[in-house]
Amino acid sequence: MNVGISMAEVVDVVLLVLLAATGIAIIRLRNLFAAVMLAGIYSLVSAGLFTVMDAVDVAFTEAAVGAGISTVLVLGTLALVGYKEAEPKHKPILPLFVVLVTGGILVYGTSQLPPFGDPDNPAHHHVAPYYLENALEQTEIPNVVTPVLASYRGYDTMGETTVVFTALVGVLLLLARGPLPRRVFHEGSWITVRPGETREELEAKLKEGKGGPAAEEDSDG
Amino acid sequence: MDDRVILRVGTKTMIPFILLFALYVQFHGDFGPGGGFQAGVIAAAAVVLYALVFGLGHAIKVVPPKVAYVCGALGVMIYVGTGYVALLLGGKFLDYNVLAHNPVHGQEYGILSVEMGVLITVFGVMVGLFYAFAARRRIDT
Repeated sequence: MNVGISMAEVVDVVLLVLLAATGIAIIRLRNLFAAVMLAGIYSLVSAGLFTVMDAVDVAFTEAAVGAGISTVLVLGTLALVGYKEAEPKHKPILPLFVVLVTGGILVYGTSQLPPFGDPDNPAHHHVAPYYLENALEQTEIPNVVTPVLASYRGYDTMGETTVVFTALVGVLLLLARGPLPRRVFHEGSWITVRPGETREELEAKLKEGKGGPAAEEDSDG
Repeated sequence: MDDRVILRVGTKTMIPFILLFALYVQFHGDFGPGGGFQAGVIAAAAVVLYALVFGLGHAIKVVPPKVAYVCGALGVMIYVGTGYVALLLGGKFLDYNVLAHNPVHGQEYGILSVEMGVLITVFGVMVGLFYAFAARRRIDT
């Protein structure tokens, strides 16, 4: 090994090469099942990169969400839409041009970024010093990430939790199987209207069980 | 289904450890990497693994969809509720200092409660999302 190349740099290069290779393989594959598996590997390699950059909490989340849950969710989607990607009908010239230009601009943008891990970076001069100096004294929690997320930045985390919940609501609105039974107020009492029930069926049911709309069983999974 | 003995037995052995690891990540988040979000995802992964190996029907008996949905909302309620408790005790919204006899303990209780809310929400949402995708039938042409 040459003088001047540290072990950390070797690890960086290996991980980035793996990342690039996985990305190119995902683009070239027409089998979506294999592409999803490679996307999981991509997340795992990213988690490795985050670990190298000392962002263990982010790496942990990336490994659990990116490589774990989202792979399973995408596989669930594939079970619905099929495993083969159709051959593209257009020439790849224009998309390639757009991607190259965008990528070029992004790479040009990184040249203006502050150097990685430099203590003079603007990010380390706003509130970060206050957190680092006071977190242990004010909360007695050794891992500074936890008090920053849950206490100093409590509003942000509350918003994130709400966003996660909103994601569930959105997906259920789109994907849940049919509407739930509805409770409707009708002539002085609440009645249950099941999905797909016609008006005639409902009127017949009301007529025969005049006393008992409330007695109707309510548990329909 | 019943042929895959190694898979079934292996899964059964692993699930308690996955759940235990989720709890470890939750409560060890004060000392190392981890916290409510990661712990919730890991706990949900245990349910997803169970569903993948033993079938969705069995998983729904363990964690019914309604429980998952209620968990999703309950966690947010715990989080926001912690904020309101602080408000009622004379502090500001989500100001944990007033939750206990001294500010340091208050911070610890507040963070514990809030992280628990995150855990419950993330667990419920991840399981609910998985059910929503897995319970769909394929639309065959």
